[in-house]
Amino acid sequence: MHRRDFVKLTGIGAAGLMLPISGNIVTAAELVDTGLDFAQKKQLANIALSAATEAGATYADARIGRYLNQFVTAQELRVDNIVNTESAGIGIRVIANGTWGFAATSDMSPDAIAKAARQAVAVAKANSKFQTEPVKLAPVKGVGDVQWRTPIKQSAFEVPIKDKVDLLMEANNAALDNGANYITSVLFQVNEQKFFASTDGSYIDQDVHRLWSPFFATAIGATGFKQRNGLGNPVGMGFEYLDGDPKEQIKVQGANVGYRYSYDMVQDARDAGKQLQAKLKARSVEPGKYDLVLDPHHLMLTIHESVGHPLELDRVLGYEANFAGTSFATLDKWRSGKFQYGSDIVNLVADKTQKHSLGYVEYDDEGVKTKEWDLVKDGILVNYQAIRDQVHMIDQNESHGCCYSQSWADVQFQRMPNVSLKPNPEKDLSADDIIKDVEDGIYIVGRGSFSIDQQRYNFQFGGQLFYEIKNGKITEQIEDVAYQSNTQEFWNSCVAMAGPSDYRLGGSFFDGKGQPSQVSAVSHGCPTTRFNGVNVINTARKSV
Amino acid sequence: MAIFTEQEAQALLKKVLAFSKADECECGLEGSITGNIRYARNTVSTSGEVSDVTLAVQSSFGKRTGTATINEFDDASLEKVVRRSEELAKLAPENPEYMPLLGPAKYDKVDAWRDSTASMTPADRAQMADASITPSRDKKMVAAGFLRDTKGFFAMANNKGMFAYHRATNADFTVTVRSEDGRGSGWASLDFNDVSKLDTGKASAIAIKKARDSVDAKEMEPGRYTVILEPAASVTLLGNMARAMNQRAADEGRSFLSRKPKEGEELPEDAPKNRIGEKLFDERVNIWSDPLHPEVPTPAFSADGAPVGKTVWIENGVVKTLPNSRYWAQKTGVPYVPTAYSGGGLFGGGVQMIMAGGDASLEDMIANTRRGVLVTRTWYIRSLDPQTLLYTGLTRDGTFYIEDGEIKYPIKNFRFNESPIVMLNNIEELGEPQRINGSLIPPMKIRDFTFSSLSDAV
Repeated sequence: MHRRDFVKLTGIGAAGLMLPISGNIVTAAELVDTGLDFAQKKQLANIALSAATEAGATYADARIGRYLNQFVTAQELRVDNIVNTESAGIGIRVIANGTWGFAATSDMSPDAIAKAARQAVAVAKANSKFQTEPVKLAPVKGVGDVQWRTPIKQSAFEVPIKDKVDLLMEANNAALDNGANYITSVLFQVNEQKFFASTDGSYIDQDVHRLWSPFFATAIGATGFKQRNGLGNPVGMGFEYLDGDPKEQIKVQGANVGYRYSYDMVQDARDAGKQLQAKLKARSVEPGKYDLVLDPHHLMLTIHESVGHPLELDRVLGYEANFAGTSFATLDKWRSGKFQYGSDIVNLVADKTQKHSLGYVEYDDEGVKTKEWDLVKDGILVNYQAIRDQVHMIDQNESHGCCYSQSWADVQFQRMPNVSLKPNPEKDLSADDIIKDVEDGIYIVGRGSFSIDQQRYNFQFGGQLFYEIKNGKITEQIEDVAYQSNTQEFWNSCVAMAGPSDYRLGGSFFDGKGQPSQVSAVSHGCPTTRFNGVNVINTARKSV
Repeated sequence: MAIFTEQEAQALLKKVLAFSKADECECGLEGSITGNIRYARNTVSTSGEVSDVTLAVQSSFGKRTGTATINEFDDASLEKVVRRSEELAKLAPENPEYMPLLGPAKYDKVDAWRDSTASMTPADRAQMADASITPSRDKKMVAAGFLRDTKGFFAMANNKGMFAYHRATNADFTVTVRSEDGRGSGWASLDFNDVSKLDTGKASAIAIKKARDSVDAKEMEPGRYTVILEPAASVTLLGNMARAMNQRAADEGRSFLSRKPKEGEELPEDAPKNRIGEKLFDERVNIWSDPLHPEVPTPAFSADGAPVGKTVWIENGVVKTLPNSRYWAQKTGVPYVPTAYSGGGLFGGGVQMIMAGGDASLEDMIANTRRGVLVTRTWYIRSLDPQTLLYTGLTRDGTFYIEDGEIKYPIKNFRFNESPIVMLNNIEELGEPQRINGSLIPPMKIRDFTFSSLSDAV
């Protein structure tokens, strides 16, 4: 992420949250104002497309965006910050002389839009002198006028600030009353209003909503401190996600509560307080090989890092070599049709169509209809994630529909769609069913420290909560667990997974990629899953 | 007009403050023009130029505060942003930690602007990219890089009479060069206020050499090794440590600098809650910040307008000072220790660190190493234990085995699990400090650095 996009929302050094915020700060009333209507946006977009074409572009698209955010932060019993932001403008992307050009402006006057379009063409022509790989676009048929909205029940922006503050205060109190000494809780609400138009003949207006309410709790003991983060998920839902519907809870015997499509933040904060006290007393793990049972709220990040990123085609081809890196999943492995990414029960799919997910939209940011496709089928690597200007490099002629830009001011490029592990298709097993077959193992809940190399071979992941499993039963909470493995070895050690009833969506609100860096929100679905004989290390070290 | 002069900024902020009806009002004006060019697979992929100015106004009634921002500067807009911040302040709950605004102060004059950088054009950027791409292509290597140049300013003022202004330019460059078959990878980075010092060809030559020399890496057993960490290999670990050096977190018991009783020891009620004054590192460790340092200048004021001068954080291995807020300083009865403004825009980022070193070059340090590992850079660093500052991460883009004063052969990358506190206790030698990411860090020779596993990544 670019430094300038960070705003420090809390004042406590190490415990402070650096959050990416862009846009101007506005009042709450402006957040529910609907902005320009479809006809106005179409008219402005047409100005951009005509100006670009007249200046020599062979293709052009225009994105008119209005990006609204609200962030509420509370520490212990005080509200730290309430920030409303708005950012609006137009981004114009063109192809001229076989080269991409891009320009953006917040000035929405017809003259400024036409000027930006001509500037984009000028940039394309200037860069074409150094171009050695002319752009080849996969065909897309224009879809005419389309409107779409994330299916939400209650827009978070319409909920009074007081209700949000009350919720965070109740959660903070619940943690503090049950064993936490400190807690920071946050409510993020995002609304992307984006209108896409292209010379292919599409005018697509989409209203996208996302929500996340994390917390970070700490307890101080006699000789040190422990931390436990909230187990809620970032979602493509409205405020209804926070209604705490008990039907959406999945209880694991002797351990935690998992949340599906509804989150009880207060209950989770209460649990966090108690679990923090247990963490302070917990025994440190004995390093060695264990059978791991991974909770979906944990496994989602393992999927993100070890499947989502290595199968991004731009990484595979070297476009991200100077920043995020390249990939072990090279084209020759894919072309062989035999590369065993995981065991034969492993089926990983990409999509931008799952309801409640962060990636869910009807069309991507270059006007391609979204879909679901296989990445790993019966354990074999079968495809990548690619967009219009990339699919020809893998002998395909249809974009996967996973192009995205974080704002009107940034150029769109290939971003990770939702990448998910399919649940057990044969038996609808529960998490308890998976645990009961394990003799000597560890059940890991929640996302902790995670680190992976630049080609996505070697990784090390921690969690929030760790439970010892002995003879099919959870015995006690333990601490200082991280597992270290190699992507291919790890996915080939996958031996069992729960069924559709246990399937949950986790996600990342701020996945970073590119230079200048852009963030993107992405979900990962999976059931509770078992991996055999994984190397576990102890992360505790004597203090100096 | 993205770059305001001191006089222009002062005049505008004065106008803004005149609209205020709040008990207290403070405003900040920040602007920048940033250009960039990105390339990969030996060809330019994207480039752009972004210009932006933002005015932020914070109004307070008692302990209620609201903030609003705008990027239009006609009188009506200026009044609107002031009214908006006042409306938000009236809606906000009271902040028990609110501190009254500071009055006028004198600040040191900082020279951080270079016309060479301020006058960069798209053609200059393309030329500098070409100076990296062409030699890579000629040597049958593949280059990917990113060059960015920024000019910017920040000004702040309040209704107690405070006014502060800073302007700066910056240019930063990174390049990764890989062999065509992907078996070798090298990297280099440079950043300066003055772009004329930034030689993309010279940096690329280092990356090309490292890429060529790192082909056919051998496996070495993970374990504890003497390492030479180039500044890029240690800067993130040290930066993480610097960010964790906060007095409040230490006093509250949630930091590596919290004072804890040793086994069997009982601390009296009034014992210090943090570890200021304790020797935690090798006595050669000296780390400070200084806004006036000519190589790495920063604003000479903090985000609340307090003057900031040279501050020593660690002296001869002893923790000397911890930064705090005005609220916490008052509550604990200690002096306020501000840090230089590093908010949004050009000045966004972490704490500027200046770490003392020696005279030895990297080559000298290699020459007097019997057995060791040279680490070009580290990557994907994540916290494992905030109490011991244990971090994990990986080496990347050039890891070599040293024997009898010479680089013998490239080795596969390692994952490490290590703490900067342990590192700074195990110093063998410090070399000549170099600028990296706005800080000055020496190359360091460290004994017993813990590598926990191997990675196949190149």
